Amino acid sequence: MSITLSKAAIFEAQAEKATSWRNRLLALPALVIIGIFGVLPLLIICVYSFLQAAPYGGVQWKFSTDAYLNFLFQRDIFDDTLQFTPDFLIIYLRSFLFAVVTTVICLLLGFPTAYFMATRPPAQRNWWVLLITIPFWSNLLVRTLAIMFIIRDEGLINNALMGLGLIEKPITMLYTNFAIQLGLLYSFLPFMILPLYSSLEKLDFRLVEAANDLYATRRQVLWRVIIPLSLPGIIAGCLLVFIPALGAYVTPLILGGGIHLMIGDLIAQQFGSGRNWPLGCAQALILMAAVLVALYFYVRNTSGKIQHG
Amino acid sequence: MTIKPEQNLPPRAGFLNGVVVPEQPGKNAIEVRGVRKVFGTGEAQVAALDTVSVAIRENEFFTLLGPSGCGKTTLLRLIAGFDFPSEGEILLYGEDIAPLPPFKRPVNTVFQSYALFPHMTVAQNIGFGLEMLGKPKAEIQARVARMLKLVKMEALAGRRTSQISGGQQQRVALARALAPQPKVLLLDEPLSALDYKLRKEMQIELKRLQHETGITFIFVTHDQEEALTMSDRIAVMSSGKILQVGAPRDIYDRPAERFVADFIGETNFLKGTVVSKKSGVASVKLASDATVAAGFPEGFDPSGAVTVVVRPEHADLVADAAKGTVAGILANVVYFGTDTHYHVKLDGGDNFIVRHQNSRSGAVAFAPGAKVGIVFEDDGARILRD
Repeated sequence: MSITLSKAAIFEAQAEKATSWRNRLLALPALVIIGIFGVLPLLIICVYSFLQAAPYGGVQWKFSTDAYLNFLFQRDIFDDTLQFTPDFLIIYLRSFLFAVVTTVICLLLGFPTAYFMATRPPAQRNWWVLLITIPFWSNLLVRTLAIMFIIRDEGLINNALMGLGLIEKPITMLYTNFAIQLGLLYSFLPFMILPLYSSLEKLDFRLVEAANDLYATRRQVLWRVIIPLSLPGIIAGCLLVFIPALGAYVTPLILGGGIHLMIGDLIAQQFGSGRNWPLGCAQALILMAAVLVALYFYVRNTSGKIQHG
Repeated sequence: MTIKPEQNLPPRAGFLNGVVVPEQPGKNAIEVRGVRKVFGTGEAQVAALDTVSVAIRENEFFTLLGPSGCGKTTLLRLIAGFDFPSEGEILLYGEDIAPLPPFKRPVNTVFQSYALFPHMTVAQNIGFGLEMLGKPKAEIQARVARMLKLVKMEALAGRRTSQISGGQQQRVALARALAPQPKVLLLDEPLSALDYKLRKEMQIELKRLQHETGITFIFVTHDQEEALTMSDRIAVMSSGKILQVGAPRDIYDRPAERFVADFIGETNFLKGTVVSKKSGVASVKLASDATVAAGFPEGFDPSGAVTVVVRPEHADLVADAAKGTVAGILANVVYFGTDTHYHVKLDGGDNFIVRHQNSRSGAVAFAPGAKVGIVFEDDGARILRD
């Protein structure tokens, strides 16, 4: 009996091995693409960040750590001493702040929306998902320009408010922090709603009844049952919003008018008017390192709380 | 202090200490008065419960029995507070609780799916209700320990609910619902997911728990055997109505309606015509021209064409066809181990089954094809409302 069992176990293990190899082959095309277009450029960026900037863009093949020093310090033109200049750091911190606010507001707006969608009858749910994805059907640039037309001084909102006689002068909204924040929220809200929805849709709502039955008020049900069980969706949504919001380029550029720089603009500048490729590379890598560190702590803090049934 | 719908009951712990719900022995724990529940609107309206009234006594093991879709689960959900009646009142110890949300009712439920919280351990699940009631930590711990002992799950207190078997989950669900010491425990087909042997064990276990805790149990099932073996009283339901309420023996021996007789146990139905009546017994002439004396429920006046029912074990075979109340040809003999079923084709054309308890000595030999008589026990034949 035990012999046959162990033989069966061996066969099973072999079969498993074979399938796991076959499964790995399935991932190969994607891995090749990621390798060529993801890892390779990253290596190039890494190498460039340790080179010297050529006067008209491009790089000179001389090793240098200037790019990293320039991130925090500026070399005095006269005596070559390093002076602490927090300009870049401030832009980084501002971008982090924007990304955090975007993530928090997206979560606060997205959770009730996703809950509403998940509690519709199954036939209706797909329509709601479709509605949420409609913004993706048009280009981000076009959508951002549309926001511009709505919030500018002669835009929809100001014209409407003035027409109603509620205000006399237009409220300046375009090219402000508010505009950037609005644009970020608008662009990334669906990325929060969709993972939240997929988590909440799987939630067994009989558990809500059970909690209610055990004297939990609606608020207690939310905090003790619904939120803990939708934590995977909350984590995924926060990551999907925070990371791209941090590196957002088009939205802050258009709605901030280049006045309120964010990391994306800053890096792009180094490759354009700044003509300092190594600095741009270094800034990109510093951003990546910061995100990785933040991710590490975020995942370490939240993963302990995820328990699957 | 009384339960009122608009009242917010901030110290919700109160109502379990007998403050809100006074303990009065012999009283009705739950009284359902003229409750209707309608789903849908307009043309698509369906009455899941059609003016149901029933009183459930304190400390009773009360079963709602019926086929699926009969409204038994709807009634349970109305008592639990997951749905609200379209009409009527639900009284808990005299107070109308029908408009209260579930978390304001001292009533707990054991769900068919168990609905255990997957992100909590066994002990956390059991303690959840007490925690929500704001009980002190020490008290919760003590009560959880007692509950774990009651359902014999002490060893698995720290396990996740996904790491225990179905039968163990069932016990945890029971312990969780019993931990807050509800006035009434509702059980929605809690044994249906268990295999036969485990189900038998849990039936006994449930009876023991009900006895030890002294809590009123309202048990929903479609399994007539489960209902008969466990209940103090049974309400048989069909299409949103309660047809009969009574002790298992009443329900089985004296079904009030044809549906009840048909749904619970096996029954022989014989067509006939009422010839005469006197004090609860009617003479009915059957298709085979034989005449039987049949009892009938109170408040029912049978006349003309009626159906007479006889339970298979309330009749016996006799070799001499002339001595039988009715007679026929023995068509088939089916051996069941504990008993034997004799299928008889009656002279009038009806089929009739006689169940005979097997024993080592008293084996009666009847061969298929033989002419046999059937005698009914006293009060074995009854006329029922269709």
